[in-house]
Amino acid sequence: MKPFNIILSGVGGQGLITLVTILDQACLNEGYDVRSSELHGLSQRGGSVQAHVRFGKKVYSPLISNKKTDIIIGLETSEALKSIMYANEKTKILVNDNSVPYLGGLPKKELLETLKKTAKNNLYLVSASKICEEKLQKEVVSGMYILGYACYKKLIPLTIESLLKATEQVIPTKYLESNKKAVELAKL
Amino acid sequence: MKKILLGNEAIVHGALESGVDFVSGYPGCPSAEIGEEFLKIAKENGVYSEWSTNEKVALEAAIGASFSGLKSLVNMKSFGINVCSDSLFPLAYTGTKAPMVIVVADDPSCWSSAQSEQDSRGYAYLSHIPVLEPADPQECRDFTKLGFEISEKFNIPVIVRTTTRVSHQRAVVEIGQITRSRQLKKGNFVKNPHQYCTMPPRVLEMKKELLEKINKIEKEFEKSKINKIENLAGNKKIGVITSGIPYLYVKESFEEMSLSLPVLKLGTFYPVPKQKIENFIKGLKKLLVAEELDGYLEKEIIQIAKEVNPKLEIFGKNVLPEVGELNTEKICLALARLTGKKFALSSDRVPYRMIGQIPRRYPRLCDGCPYWNIFPVIKKIAPGGTIFGGDIGCNMMAGLPPHNMQDYLFCMGASFGISHGVSKATGQKIISIMGDGTFFHAGIPGLINAVYNKSNFLIVITDNRITAMTGHQQNPGMGKTGMGEDTIEISIEDVAKSCGVKYVKTLDPANKEEFENTIKDFLTKDGVSVIIAKHICSLLERRQKSASN
Repeated sequence: MKPFNIILSGVGGQGLITLVTILDQACLNEGYDVRSSELHGLSQRGGSVQAHVRFGKKVYSPLISNKKTDIIIGLETSEALKSIMYANEKTKILVNDNSVPYLGGLPKKELLETLKKTAKNNLYLVSASKICEEKLQKEVVSGMYILGYACYKKLIPLTIESLLKATEQVIPTKYLESNKKAVELAKL
Repeated sequence: MKKILLGNEAIVHGALESGVDFVSGYPGCPSAEIGEEFLKIAKENGVYSEWSTNEKVALEAAIGASFSGLKSLVNMKSFGINVCSDSLFPLAYTGTKAPMVIVVADDPSCWSSAQSEQDSRGYAYLSHIPVLEPADPQECRDFTKLGFEISEKFNIPVIVRTTTRVSHQRAVVEIGQITRSRQLKKGNFVKNPHQYCTMPPRVLEMKKELLEKINKIEKEFEKSKINKIENLAGNKKIGVITSGIPYLYVKESFEEMSLSLPVLKLGTFYPVPKQKIENFIKGLKKLLVAEELDGYLEKEIIQIAKEVNPKLEIFGKNVLPEVGELNTEKICLALARLTGKKFALSSDRVPYRMIGQIPRRYPRLCDGCPYWNIFPVIKKIAPGGTIFGGDIGCNMMAGLPPHNMQDYLFCMGASFGISHGVSKATGQKIISIMGDGTFFHAGIPGLINAVYNKSNFLIVITDNRITAMTGHQQNPGMGKTGMGEDTIEISIEDVAKSCGVKYVKTLDPANKEEFENTIKDFLTKDGVSVIIAKHICSLLERRQKSASN
C-alpha cells in the first residue's frame, strides 16, 4: 500500500496535536508504519497549526510532497482553505463548519463560499462544533467527532475500533468519556 | 517493544535506557519537550532534573555533575548553544569524567524562532566536540544512547543535533528496557585540578589531547554502523551523501522518481569518516550532497574529492537552498538536474490568487492575557517618537498587529544593552519591554551595565509569573523549581534595586490608572527606571483554578 496522506489544519488551542497522537496510535494499532510532523511553539499562540500524518507499509518522509494528499481535515474554515495548496483533484476536504475569527480575517460566509467553489464535490462540511456543543456541552471535542466521521464514512482507511482503542490509549481517563462520545456521535 | 514517540520523547527514552542521572536545560522550541518530559518522570526514575536560569548555567551544572561521576544530559534550542559556548569550549579541553550528551535543536525555516536561522553544526569546528545528526525518532533514541557510549569511551561531551522536523516528528520506535533504581544516585567529586583547570600552559597540552581524541573518534566513526551505505547495486555513476532529515527526503525522492542511487548516510557530522567518504566517491561521476542549511559537508567532501576523484562533479548548495528547510520536492528537483530524469511539480488545481487573499493569521496574545493591559497603555502614554526595545518571549507579540510597537528584536535579554546604546548615542526616549523569564536568563548584566554607565531609559518587565511562550516552564520568580518543589521566590524588584535602579515600582497592570501614572512619572526621571507589571498569565490562572477544583 502506498502511504495514505493526511493534513490536519487548525489554530492553536484546538487540540490538533492530540488528534495527531491518536491518529498515529490508531495506525500503529492496525500494524502500519506511520510518521507525522507537527509544529509547536509560536503557532500555539492562536496562530495557524498544521500537521502531516502519513501511514502505510513503509513511510520515509514525515512531510507530504507534491500534493499527494488523500484528505485534508480542517478544524476551522480559513485554515482548511489555506491547506488547499496541498490538494490534488481527488483530495477529500473534510471541514468543521466553524470559524475562529481573527484580526483582518475574512467573514465566514465568504470563506465557505470559496471553499465550496474550490473543493466542489470533494468537500465534506460537517457541523462538528455545533453538535458537540449541543449534545456534550464541549466544543473542544469536535476534532474527535471529525476523526470519527472520517472513519465511519471511510474517508480514512482506519477502523472505528482502532480509533476508539487509540483514544483510550492516549486520552487521560478524566476526559476519555466525552472524547469517545464525540467519536460515536459521528455515526448518526 | 514498539511505541510511537516524538523525536524529543525518543531522546528522553534513549537517555533513560543509558542510565542518565542528571538533566539540565533551558526551554525553547523545538527542544522544550525534552526537559519537560524529564521533569515529569524525574522523581519516579531517580533522575535529578532542572530548568536552569540559562543554557550556560545549565551546561555548567552538568559539567559539575559529570566531574562528580553522574551521567548528564543538557537540552536547549539552537541559540542555547551560543549562550553556553563560553563554557562549551573549555569543556572540550577538560573532557568529561562521567558521560555527557548535549542536545541542540535547530529550527530551519524559523517556524518558532526569531533571531536567526542558525546551523549549529558549525560549533563542531569551533569546539572540536563530536556531533551526531539523527533523522527520525528511532535515530533520536539510538544516537542518544550511542552519544553516551562515545562520551564514556573517550571522556568527551557529545552533541546530538536535531531540527524541528526531527524533534517534532512522531514515528514508531523500537525501544529497550529502562533498568535503573528509583534512588537518586549520589556522586563523588574527586579532586583533579590537572584535568579540570584550563590554566596555561596546561591549556595547550589539553588542546593537543583533544585533537588526539578526535583522531581516535574519527577512526571509530569509520567503522560505525550509523555511517551507512545503501543501494550499492544500483546506478554506479551518480551518488548521494546526506545527513539528518534530508536522508528521509532522499529516500522519498527515490520512490517518487523511481530511482535507486547509492547513498552514504552520515550519522556522524563531526568528525566525518574521511576514508568512508573516499571509498564511496571513488568511482562516481556525479555526487549530490543533500544537507539542510549550510554546506559544511559539501566543503569537506570537495576537499576529500581533490585527492581521490578530482573529476567528480559535486552538487550541493548550487542546487539546494541555503535558506529554509528542505523537503522531498527540493531534493527531487536537484536529482532531476543530476540524473536528467524528468520531475514535474504538481500543477495548482485552485486559483492561487484567491488563496493568497486569505489574510495571514498572526500569533496573538491569548484571550485574557495580562499584556492586553500593558501594550496599549504604554503606547498611549509614550510620547510620539518613543523607541520601543523588544525582547524574546510572549512580549514579542508587541511587534505584531494590532500593537506594532517593537523597534528592535534580537535575542534573550538583548534589548537592555541595545536600548542603552541608543540612549547613549541619541538621548531619545526609549522604553524597553522584557518578560520575567528573559530577565532572569540574560537581562540582569544588561541592567547593571545601563545603571553603571548612567543610561536613561524606562524598562517595563512584563511579569506573568511563568515562562509562558515555550509552554509554561518554571522560572526563578515563581517560588517553585522545575520539579515542582517549593523554593525561594526571587523578587525582580529586589534585584533591580540592588542593581542600583533608583525608581522601581511593582504594580498590577489591571490597575490602569496606577500604571498610566507610573509610566508618566518615570518617563520624567533621569536614569534607568523599572516598572514591574505583574499579573499572572491567563492560561496559567485557568489551569491553576481547574486543578484546585
